[in-house]
Amino acid sequence: MLPSLLIVFREVFEAGLIIGIVMAVTSSVPGRGLWVAGGVIAGVLGACVVALFTGGLSELFGGSGQELFNAGILGFAVLMLGWHNVWMARHGREMAAEMRAAGQAVVTGSKSLAALAVVVMIAVLREGSEVVLFLYGVAAAQGGADLSMAAGGAVGLVLGAIVCLLTYLGLITIPTRYLFAVTSTLITLLAAGMAAQAIAFLQQANILTVFDETVWNTSWLLSDSSLLGRALHTLIGYVDQPTAMQLIAYAATLAVILVLMRLFAVPPAQRPRAA
Amino acid sequence: MIKRTVMRSGRSLLAATMLASAAILAAAPACADDAVTLSLEIKDHRFDPAELHAPPGKPITLRVKNASSIAAEIESSDMHFEKVIAAGAEATIRVRPLQPGRYNFFDDFHHETQGVLVVP
Repeated sequence: MLPSLLIVFREVFEAGLIIGIVMAVTSSVPGRGLWVAGGVIAGVLGACVVALFTGGLSELFGGSGQELFNAGILGFAVLMLGWHNVWMARHGREMAAEMRAAGQAVVTGSKSLAALAVVVMIAVLREGSEVVLFLYGVAAAQGGADLSMAAGGAVGLVLGAIVCLLTYLGLITIPTRYLFAVTSTLITLLAAGMAAQAIAFLQQANILTVFDETVWNTSWLLSDSSLLGRALHTLIGYVDQPTAMQLIAYAATLAVILVLMRLFAVPPAQRPRAA
Repeated sequence: MIKRTVMRSGRSLLAATMLASAAILAAAPACADDAVTLSLEIKDHRFDPAELHAPPGKPITLRVKNASSIAAEIESSDMHFEKVIAAGAEATIRVRPLQPGRYNFFDDFHHETQGVLVVP
């Protein structure tokens, strides 16, 4: 029971952090529950498909299929997160103003919800495919799923869901006037971390070989594989032994998103007088 | 008017970023042919062999066969890789040239499965 509990918890926990943030980011948008749920369901289905084809996937592109697939979907998630932030920088204020005049907000909000639903789907798909592969392997090894494995998986899932809930509840206690700043910072860091992770996969696939030396090693302080290390890895992209290219990608993603947010923000002249 | 200029500079910035990343990708040299190939198996939650040796400064190709009936995720922070290998499947992992040292790797699904690559 314990191994399946731990594995399932670890993977669900990582996806749960991301879903919790997305729920908090969209807390003012009506109808977001459906979008997030849709993202989770699509992610679970996608995870099963990916798990089913893992063997075939890794044989593609001269054995680098898995890496390219991971880098590709991570890159896509980075684009979605960045786009969401830039979009919010432009429309966030209008949305906040029209929030109570329902109808309108649903229309303006749904575009950026779609981007975040895709992010949820990708997070669930990546972590979920590992859960499916692992549990399937355990089931196959024991000649059929047994009760203790299923129980372990279920407990892991519930614990992971609690992390998601706590992340969400923790974030929404932040006063509304700071919430926007906090969540856009979180989304930007999430995007930068994912960009660095995509770079790691491209380096692993030998597609990207420049600046691939390790810059520092903080594994003595906080290991990637510890629970805190994993949480920070998901949230801000913590890596105990980053390569130079990962750091460049991280910094570049931060810079591009921040610059675009500033460029697309409502110009001061058009802004309503300070509220 | 102002809005349009802002939009355009935003777009050209995006284009510049894409060009820059394309240039970096294109600059990546083709993989070297003098790679050292090492083979190992995963079975009964052990790497076989659990200790590998490779010369310094040469690219390394790891051929990993998962001979157990359960999926494994071979991972190493020291060598920067992580790869899921389905039960019975085989995977190729390319490791860039290493400095002398000891490089740990493990199965992220079963942490008791530990191995080390020694570069003298």
